[in-house]
Amino acid sequence: MAKEGQSGNPAVAEVEAPVIGPGHTYASVTDKISSIVLTRKTPRAWWIGFTITFLLTMLLLYSIGNLLVRGVGLWGVNVPVGWGFDIINFVWWIGIGHAGTLISAILLLLRQEWRTSINRFAEAMTLFAVANAALYPLMHMGRPWLAYWLLPYPNTMGTWPQPRSPLVWDVFAVSTYALVSFLFWFIGLIPDLATLRDRAKNRFVKIVYGILAMGWRGSAIHWQRYETAYLLLAGLATPLVVSVHTVVSFDFSIGIIPGWHATIFPPYFVAGAIYAGFAMVLTLTIPIRSYYGLEDFITMRHVDNMGKILLATGLIVAYGYMMETFMAWYSGSKYEQYMILNRMQGPYKTLYWALIVCNVVVPQLLWSQRVRRNLIALWIISLVVGVGMWLERFIIVVVSLHRDFLPSAWGMYRPTAWDWSTYIGTLGFFLALLFLFIRFLPMISIFEMRTLVPHPAGKARH
Amino acid sequence: MQIFHPSTNTIAKVSIYGAVFFVAGLLWTGNEIQRSSYVTGVGVARPQPVPFSHKHHVSGMGIDCRYCHTTVETAAFAGMPPTETCMSCHSQIWAESPMLEPVRASFRTDQSIQWTRVHDLPEFVYFDHSIHVNKGIGCDTCHGRVDQMPLMWNVKTLQMEWCLECHREPERFVRPREEVFNMNWRPPVDQLTLGRELVRKYQIRKLTDCSICHR
Repeated sequence: MAKEGQSGNPAVAEVEAPVIGPGHTYASVTDKISSIVLTRKTPRAWWIGFTITFLLTMLLLYSIGNLLVRGVGLWGVNVPVGWGFDIINFVWWIGIGHAGTLISAILLLLRQEWRTSINRFAEAMTLFAVANAALYPLMHMGRPWLAYWLLPYPNTMGTWPQPRSPLVWDVFAVSTYALVSFLFWFIGLIPDLATLRDRAKNRFVKIVYGILAMGWRGSAIHWQRYETAYLLLAGLATPLVVSVHTVVSFDFSIGIIPGWHATIFPPYFVAGAIYAGFAMVLTLTIPIRSYYGLEDFITMRHVDNMGKILLATGLIVAYGYMMETFMAWYSGSKYEQYMILNRMQGPYKTLYWALIVCNVVVPQLLWSQRVRRNLIALWIISLVVGVGMWLERFIIVVVSLHRDFLPSAWGMYRPTAWDWSTYIGTLGFFLALLFLFIRFLPMISIFEMRTLVPHPAGKARH
Repeated sequence: MQIFHPSTNTIAKVSIYGAVFFVAGLLWTGNEIQRSSYVTGVGVARPQPVPFSHKHHVSGMGIDCRYCHTTVETAAFAGMPPTETCMSCHSQIWAESPMLEPVRASFRTDQSIQWTRVHDLPEFVYFDHSIHVNKGIGCDTCHGRVDQMPLMWNVKTLQMEWCLECHREPERFVRPREEVFNMNWRPPVDQLTLGRELVRKYQIRKLTDCSICHR
């Protein structure tokens, strides 16, 4: 990415130029984005997609209902593998959310203008991913109706949550993350909600968007306060990009299980989270951009940049795998060494090598700009990375637990049909929420896109 | 075209500001209900098949706790007296009282009297009377002045925070062993000095491990 400064290379010059297609005016930007919500007929594909994902959401509710009635014995978890799909999917989902926060907060502070067209969508993705992630620890508790015991409140038991447990840190990390992500997303939406309110024809729609817009009139003082609040929230969200997955990694690294007890875990997890998150952003934006004809707003430059981030974070993750292996050898601990050999040659070896192929080998294709600008190739790579990151969590959680210090305590983990139905259900829930989001809210920030439109008196920046 | 009346501004402000108080009020209410006698039963006399008066039997007759609750010094359960214990007196005095008919019926039919349990701990709590009695915790520390109760009620909530009050600082409550059954014993002015000495002497320790009560 350092090459971007050199304008001699024609390919690079092309990369630098468009963050918005040519010929757009303020009105055309507003029209194009708001029409998806307000005037265009809801496409048939939307109905089909929403119906399928809605049914999958029902599958999720059915699985959760069964779990509440019959208990966690439905799942494949047992001694020695007490953490199975529930924790794998928790970590996977919460990791996916990280790309949204990175795009919205860090890239904002770094003044990366190209973030503008994807931040709204990525933030929504963050929220929905966090909602799914938060479901898993609750379900895992066995008695989810007592989940409020995790919160510090003056209770009649005379005790507080154990502050030395990383699982309690998780509660604060994840709930802070969900709250800040929501505020960030909602405050970013307010000017656009006002635009929708003003453009809507139907009185009911006007009232709904009007309430959500909270009286936004677009006066100078509104904008001044808005900019301050948004910047403050970006400042608040920035440490969360790093802290949330760091705390999640503590869930593992505080334990003494070989394969968990490693100091590299926090950075390795954070990189993995951003890696999985950008893969998910690509997986979702590539089809949506084509379907709704948003090529002018989510340009090839965006796609290319995201490909680069995918490659960079993928390399950090690969370094993490390398260091895990190296440290196992270097530690001289036979348990650590056995853990790595068991990953490579044990009963789950297929998954380990699939992980290496998905997360390390395939993404190397992204070195080539031709691949990064080939939408189909990039889409497939992003799916492969999504699978790879899921496998990584499977390897960390299950393969570390199933054979620890005492061979007499070894066992195998097999997910049950309920594990799968819950997981597939959360995928459906996630996509169903995204479908609703696309239909009812502007998926690209209208007012921020307007600032990218070339201004008669030169380049406009608010 | 105006969608909202100007008063909406006020409503919005009040509802946002009011939400803070609403949530705070809700939390306060929940907190109060949880500790109220409606939930804990503190001070609420329970109806019993026979209106047995501890006041009469303990203060009036001078019967020792252990005359009926025989296993309090040796077992987890303090023990409920068999009907024969009642009949050892009531076959002679008040032998025709209609109030005592359930006792005589129990004696005739060999069916126990179904008392309503007043001090009922949840099943996930392990509680042993003998260890408390033998380490110098008086009956009235937990049960109150039973010798003044015409009918039985709780004087303490039996909530975990109440258990921990003593388990965290036993020196505030412990008394000499020989005073355990003395309802009139009052802590001395320097209870903490006495308490610390007794805690050392009786080797009271490690009372706050989870597994002490949750086994």
